[in-house]
Amino acid sequence: MAMTMHVDIVSAEAEIFSGTATMVFAPAEMGELGIAPRHTQLLTRLKPGEVRVLDEKGDEQSFYVSGGILEVQPHVVTVLSDTALRAKDIDEAAALQAKEQAEKLLADNQSDIDYAKAQLELAEAVAQLRAIQKIRDKSGR
Amino acid sequence: MAVGKEIRTKIKSIQSTRKITKAMEMVAASKMRKAQDRMAATRPYAEKMRNVIAHLYQAHPEYKHPYLIERDVKRVGVILITSDRGLCGGLNINLFKKLLVNMKGWRDSGWETDLAVFGSKGNQYFKRIGGRIVAQATHLGDTPGLNDLIGTVKVMLDAYDEGRIDRLYVCYNDFVNTMTQQPILTQLLPIPPAEEKELEHHWDYIYEPESKQVIDGLLMRYVESLVYQGMVENQACEQAARMVAMKSASDNAGTLIDELQLVYNKARQAAITQEISEIVSGAAAV
Repeated sequence: MAMTMHVDIVSAEAEIFSGTATMVFAPAEMGELGIAPRHTQLLTRLKPGEVRVLDEKGDEQSFYVSGGILEVQPHVVTVLSDTALRAKDIDEAAALQAKEQAEKLLADNQSDIDYAKAQLELAEAVAQLRAIQKIRDKSGR
Repeated sequence: MAVGKEIRTKIKSIQSTRKITKAMEMVAASKMRKAQDRMAATRPYAEKMRNVIAHLYQAHPEYKHPYLIERDVKRVGVILITSDRGLCGGLNINLFKKLLVNMKGWRDSGWETDLAVFGSKGNQYFKRIGGRIVAQATHLGDTPGLNDLIGTVKVMLDAYDEGRIDRLYVCYNDFVNTMTQQPILTQLLPIPPAEEKELEHHWDYIYEPESKQVIDGLLMRYVESLVYQGMVENQACEQAARMVAMKSASDNAGTLIDELQLVYNKARQAAITQEISEIVSGAAAV
């Protein structure tokens, strides 16, 4: 029997592939990598491209990844795939937008929390909820 | 018959309210199931990520990432995940309570708090009571993607990189089961070391292109995936809480209707009795 290794391809939103393989090809940042079982430990970033998995029967399955991280242990290969195209300027723009929204929100706001007051309000709300619960329990359900 | 007209309209209106709450209950139930599925789908990634990070701890790389190093705390950052809509019982309130207790504790030890908020409930609340919100995102819908939170998380990571905050937490509701949602606050950065036994032999990865870039990318994704997981959990919690709240609202409406119906029947019977006695006494008088 050919030597095999376990391959997991996962993204943050779903598991894409999990199974055994005799060979994995991945688009690493420094160039396409072919990984056979008992490869030494390796950690690398992936470029957008195709990950191909070759199983024992010689069938090839391919998956598109839009980048991510590849971790190699002698008998386990893990592809942590991104779900979105990542580029520094896109991330930057998204961050800026989140900041702007917050600034807009806080335009007329003091940044000091009156903890005593806030906790009092919360306690009140919780007490209300509890009272409702009690009333419900009493009404026999 | 003019008896009990007010009562009848009241019953009608409660009935239509019950229809609405019933519908909301069912919608929440189906959304909850979907959210639970998504929750299950995010688990493998987080698990694999944790494995890799645990390996990284054992691997002793030549480059120690700032995310792994504990430093003196002057300011903490919190990523708070709340729901966009209300009518979900005490879900958000319990979360705020948990967070405020901690924030107060931090203030007592001289640490200020920066907030990054997801969900309009959290925004409204901290806008009202005050608090430094440095980033926010709302109305991400029922199926938020990871790319919806990249920006907001990046604000916090940048703040951490630049030393404006020295610790980062995430605060959300943990889905225990349909009836129970647990507000939790966990530390994201510096990444708490995994409790792994020390290995005999020391090894390190081969990094391509360079350890710094690879580890940077990895840890950033790790934090994002944890936040995303919190987001999905919180969503399942929101739907579960709403389902329970709407169920009790429908039940309450049912009881109200029963009670009103009783009052109405009594009034009706009293009116009939009165009418009969009037006729009878009228006939006797003739």
